Amino acid sequence: MTPLLTVDDLRVSFPTRTGTVEAVRGVSFTLGKERLGIVGESGSGKSQTGRAIMGLTPGHAKITAKTLNFDGIDLLSASAAKRRSLRGKRVAMILQDPKYSLNPVMPIGRQIIETLKTHESVSWGEGRQRALAMLEAVQIHDPERVFDLYPHEVSGGMGQRIMIAMMLVCGPELLIADEPTSALDVTVQLEVLAILDRLVAERGMGLIFISHDLRLVSSFCDRVLVMYAGRVVEELPSANLAAAQHPYTQGLLNCLPTIGSHRHPLPVLERKPEWAL
Amino acid sequence: MTREVLSVRDMVVVFDEFVALNGVSLSVAEGESFGLVGESGSGKSTLLRAVAGLNVFESGTLTVSGKRYEGHRRDRDFYRTVQMVFQDPYGSLHPRQTVDRLLLEPLAIHGFTDVDARIARALDEVGLGSGFRFRYSHQLSGGQRQRIAIARALILEPKILLLDEPTSALDASIQAEILNLLEQARKERGLTFVMVSHDLGVVSHMCDRLAVMRKGEMVETVSVEALEKRAFSQDYTRQLLVASEGFRRT
Repeated sequence: MTPLLTVDDLRVSFPTRTGTVEAVRGVSFTLGKERLGIVGESGSGKSQTGRAIMGLTPGHAKITAKTLNFDGIDLLSASAAKRRSLRGKRVAMILQDPKYSLNPVMPIGRQIIETLKTHESVSWGEGRQRALAMLEAVQIHDPERVFDLYPHEVSGGMGQRIMIAMMLVCGPELLIADEPTSALDVTVQLEVLAILDRLVAERGMGLIFISHDLRLVSSFCDRVLVMYAGRVVEELPSANLAAAQHPYTQGLLNCLPTIGSHRHPLPVLERKPEWAL
Repeated sequence: MTREVLSVRDMVVVFDEFVALNGVSLSVAEGESFGLVGESGSGKSTLLRAVAGLNVFESGTLTVSGKRYEGHRRDRDFYRTVQMVFQDPYGSLHPRQTVDRLLLEPLAIHGFTDVDARIARALDEVGLGSGFRFRYSHQLSGGQRQRIAIARALILEPKILLLDEPTSALDASIQAEILNLLEQARKERGLTFVMVSHDLGVVSHMCDRLAVMRKGEMVETVSVEALEKRAFSQDYTRQLLVASEGFRRT
């Protein structure tokens, strides 16, 4: 199987007044039609990795890589127009908070059709049909009504389902989900994850799932990359999470309070400077 | 049972036409740690805010340390006894005040004189050195900001701490540090906690007893031991428990 996405030695750095900040320092992985999780704390470079693949890194940042290849297209040398045609069509991204990532002054239906019209020549009527079908696929019971609502009129869980609908309407081959459920309630989280899981399986997409919650990621993905200070410190199959070798991975696993485990105080993560080397 | 320090009877909170809290009662004993769980819109934060005087309650009674309170008026004594920590550490600190100024304000309001020593001690207690004293909140990380918010609440030496999702905006690894800090403070000062969270794992770790809320009503109150033994009566509690165990592919 040829990989859908090849990332080799990806580096993202931001020049600042006080020197260069290296957010991502040599990340390498390949992705087929599978579910890959990227886990790490804030500032570990996990989101910047996703954004670099998507082409959403701010203009002043410097991206280098030996290879950054999506289905035979070299993303680093591709023109802006070429990347625009990929973004939303073949590579899509779900962001954390639907409150900020949906356009507040455009009805939901129109936003979904806007995505479609950018990439395909569809009539308004056909676009409307496809948008409604997509809303139904994310288990919105009354798509006709939701179609005309504004984002502030829907709940967070529904907003995130709309976001998923909008991202999947063009049938992307790679989906990057950056903390897709962190802003949601626990009960709603599971619903949204189940919808995402079903659609990814049905439509045969590659998925990169970015989160700080190692347990959640491992229950959702086939393979997990653990990042610390811009580097991948460990890569392991989700089934073998208990066999994690790196102390950082073990720390991430142990720091969550669970029902029935009485650990007072909770073990906290030790961060050793040598891990960042 | 030890002395009751906080008691709410049949509290009703109405926003315009919407009944956010519909006759909720609870009683918290001195030194106890009490949890409130439920999904968004269940009224758990509204209850906490009504106790703190940030929301007006229509009817019902609120008694704190033997004193009755009504509406949203609270006297200075109340805030010496009860302090609150909010969910979002980014939104709860004044962006144009230094940490020093933030911690000075409650002391000034309550007429403390030994402010310097108290601020230094408060920062020390939350694990931040004096190096943080003259920083602005944007120069701090999320975890550090929440530590400052806790320091600001503890600086008046309250007896009761209201915690509204104190760790849900933080990373899992930072959450452990903040929970440990809160537990330690409770142990050292004999504090009473009322903690709101949507995460049963966090509540069962921190609390002795918890109430499950839904649609402005209290579904049930169980002890954490009973929760661990699955000895609860409501289906909704089971749903929350399942949700807290994480994603399962069906």
